[in-house]
Amino acid sequence: MEMLKVQKVAKRRAVGVREQGILGVVASGNLEVLFERVVPGTACEIEIATPMKGYDHIWQAVLQDFIDRCSPGGLRITINDGGARPDTVALRLMQGVAMMEAE
Amino acid sequence: MMQDIATERKSSWLQATARQRVSGFLDKGTFVEFLGPSERVQSPHLSLFDLPRAFDDGVVVGRGKLDGKDVLLAAQEGKFMGGTFGEVSGAKIIGLLRAARDSDGDKEGGVPKTVLLLLDSGGVRLQEANAGELAVSEIMRAIVEARRAGVTVLALVGGTSGAFGGAGLISATCSRIVISEAGRTGVSGPEVIETNKGVEEFDSSNKSLVWSVDGGKNRRLIGGADAFAPDTMDGFRTATLAVLDRVAPPCTLETLQAEHGRLAARQDKLGACSDAVSMWKTLGIAEAEAIRDMEDSDFMRIADQLKEANHDAR
Repeated sequence: MEMLKVQKVAKRRAVGVREQGILGVVASGNLEVLFERVVPGTACEIEIATPMKGYDHIWQAVLQDFIDRCSPGGLRITINDGGARPDTVALRLMQGVAMMEAE
Repeated sequence: MMQDIATERKSSWLQATARQRVSGFLDKGTFVEFLGPSERVQSPHLSLFDLPRAFDDGVVVGRGKLDGKDVLLAAQEGKFMGGTFGEVSGAKIIGLLRAARDSDGDKEGGVPKTVLLLLDSGGVRLQEANAGELAVSEIMRAIVEARRAGVTVLALVGGTSGAFGGAGLISATCSRIVISEAGRTGVSGPEVIETNKGVEEFDSSNKSLVWSVDGGKNRRLIGGADAFAPDTMDGFRTATLAVLDRVAPPCTLETLQAEHGRLAARQDKLGACSDAVSMWKTLGIAEAEAIRDMEDSDFMRIADQLKEANHDAR
């Protein structure tokens, strides 16, 4: 199992008050993402557990793109990956921020 | 992106995730989860095999309301490792059943005496070997103890993985079973039968054969399930509420003897049939050939009138 821990600084805090939310399923080509509003300021912590080895640079690129687009400050994001493609990962992350910012 | 309730209630049970089922099935906003994903109660075994874990180990447990009635509920995620029973996912279900067993009753705020198991599982998680096997037998024991203590335990079967192996045994231990057309139950799945007995015995690649034998319509007609639900959140809500309105069979020696008698009579009556349609004809269903393509409402009318499909032996 490959464990990746990434610290990012977002442009702003994610809006809304929802404390946590979960999306997706750990299945082949899919992933599960847990969002928790526990990080101070505009920092964003992302932790990934994936059985696919050697894709660090792809994860870094997808995460940087996500941070630039969504600004998920204040969130801890934990991923259980089942070998999802980068587009699926990006979609789930954006869906998750929308879920945390809803209402 | 938020769906309105009416749309959610009409969505497919088969295609939903465990969490979508819980949300679409219960009264809006009433679900309280126990040991939710942020507590990270995960399998201690999967990492040994370099396999990814799930935050809830593939089962969502908690309490909520169904048309105002308090219920405990466990929902398996059939897409995570085939919805299998592992040490942790099993323990979550066992804890739920024991809480219901030890409860003094359905009073306001108390632990409900109704447990709904939203099964979606191929059985034991083989990677967890003995721990998974033990989980299944402990769940069966917990169901029996809960039923003896006056708890109604229902199995709801309509997910992609059906309810096979240990999940088939567990469903048969419940007070009642609710099933949809796409829900399948059994102990040995089609592939297992084919591997052990040959393709002449059961051709697992013949989907129409598999569905006609293992599928919800046949299970309902031959008395293997007590209610049929259309494949929607609303379908399962309505069918479950109707089942909860009837008194569940008590878990007694008499009930077990009645069940053995029923199964022996069924074997005598249907044992010579070679496929599902011939069983339906033997049961006296005039439209046997049309059952497979029949609308849910027409099918439910036929099933509800059939003697063999409706019994209190379980």
